[in-house]
Amino acid sequence: MIEFRAVTKRFPDGTVAVEDFNLVIPSRKITVFVGSSGSGKTTLLRMINRMVDPTDGDIEIDGDSIMSKEPVALRRSIGYVMQNSGLLPHFKVIDNVTTVPMLNGVPKKQAREQALELLDTVGLSRSIADRYPSQLSGGQQQRVGVARGLAANPNILLMDEPFGAVDPIVRAELQQETIRLQHELDKTIVFVTHDIDEAFLLGDQVVILEKGAKIAQVGSPNEIMAAPASDFVANFIGTDRGKRALTLKKTEAGTILVDSEGRGAGVLVGGSESA
Amino acid sequence: MNFLIEAVQWLFSPERLEGSNPIPLRLEEHLFYTFFSVIVAALIAIPLGFYIGHTGKGRDFAVGLSGAARALPSFGLILLLVLLIGVTQVQLQLAAITAFVLLAIPSILAGAYAGIEAVDRRVIDAARAVGMTEWQILWKVEVPLGLPLLIGGLRAATLQVVATATLAAYVGLGGLGIYIFRGLPLQRYDEMLGSALLIAALALVLDGIFALIQQFAVPRGVSAGRAKDVRTSSTRRRAVAAKPAQERRG
Ligand SMILES: Nc1ncnc2c1ncn2[C@@H]1O[C@H](COP(=O)(O)OP(=O)(O)O)[C@@H](O)[C@H]1O
Ligand SMILES: [Mg+2]
Repeated sequence: MIEFRAVTKRFPDGTVAVEDFNLVIPSRKITVFVGSSGSGKTTLLRMINRMVDPTDGDIEIDGDSIMSKEPVALRRSIGYVMQNSGLLPHFKVIDNVTTVPMLNGVPKKQAREQALELLDTVGLSRSIADRYPSQLSGGQQQRVGVARGLAANPNILLMDEPFGAVDPIVRAELQQETIRLQHELDKTIVFVTHDIDEAFLLGDQVVILEKGAKIAQVGSPNEIMAAPASDFVANFIGTDRGKRALTLKKTEAGTILVDSEGRGAGVLVGGSESA
Repeated sequence: MNFLIEAVQWLFSPERLEGSNPIPLRLEEHLFYTFFSVIVAALIAIPLGFYIGHTGKGRDFAVGLSGAARALPSFGLILLLVLLIGVTQVQLQLAAITAFVLLAIPSILAGAYAGIEAVDRRVIDAARAVGMTEWQILWKVEVPLGLPLLIGGLRAATLQVVATATLAAYVGLGGLGIYIFRGLPLQRYDEMLGSALLIAALALVLDGIFALIQQFAVPRGVSAGRAKDVRTSSTRRRAVAAKPAQERRG
């Protein structure tokens, strides 16, 4: 469990990126921070591994304040995946993945063996182990980034718009893999995105943020869709434009569900209408 | 044309290996001044440049220093240092080498900090985020990726010193400049031109060697990559590094 307590971050130039932020992030679930650019998502995420230190307030992991932990050790115990992968361009794939275990003193042979297994886990062929990041596609680079994030077997994985720069088809694939990984590995994942559909797809808990990381609403996707807490949320998730409204439509072939623009979105199964 | 032929004849005459001024001896002195000065300058400028590049502190100071030092007249600097330090053989050597070191520092300093500055900030940020210490970020990420620019700085410095080391002869310290300063009052143009050609050739050879080293210093993965952004950044770096050398050679 990660807990934000009255956290404020004011940058030296006076920008208040996060103001009096309170949140509990449950263990072994995916929590998604979603909001438009500049709302403070990245700052929130980077405060968890002390890449940014709060100006005020405290953050606890399993009851211990992170301010009492040494930043380098803390970072090595938390996986971090960023947009455009952040891989070291002069390290081979395998060496990128073994970076953190090697820093932690795991013997090279063992680290490499685990790294190869991780390539399997994230759906990459072991044959790319000796390539350099620049010889991979964007999607492959992101997978390597995820493998690196998992390499030290952390309990917590931070992901900052990890699929923002890959094309939609690959993104959809990577999103499914993230859900699969979470089910398999049972990590606490904190995921940042500006894409509300991605947030609803991945999040067990979704946190919708306004400027200054002000929480507009927090809840499961169902709770948020069923009852947007404000006009801002309704607008953000698109319900005010009828984006998520599906209606029944009778056709010659049977009854289907259509979206607000009349496109077929599915069929209703079970219940009285299905027959 | 006659001058040139006579110069080449002078250069390749068997007499050049004899007498009190054999070319190999003077070449050796010349190379000693060059490399010794560049090494001393590197020992000062590289740690300083790494510090500036890594922390971003003192950058304005470094830029200002490089600019000012580039405007230093080398001849005047040597004479000034001789006046300050003294005229015994050891003092003269100290004065000359100090001057060469001072001339070499700005290029090396610029190469060292510019190399680190040119590394993609996101790569450094990622290295820090996965838990590298500042020291590990410097040695495992910034130095390897900044190496081509650093070598470029060493290359520029070496070329500048190899040319300037000619002046060592003016204060009686030998080196290849001795033929020029000996030939000058006697109007022995073959000797002056011949030795000037030799110095130019030496500069070209050293430049070629550094060009090769620079190629090899580009980390694999940066040079072998096919991703566009990686490739353009590495060639841009090399071009920037080579530029001061060419400016100074002219
Ligand atoms: N290092 C920094 N210095 C000053 N301002 C910053 C810094 N990092 C972020 N900010 C500002 O803080 C706000 C939130 O930024 P960020 O957390 O990156 O938002 P997001 O990730 O939601 O786009 C923005 O206004 C941004 O300009
Ligand atoms: Mg961001």
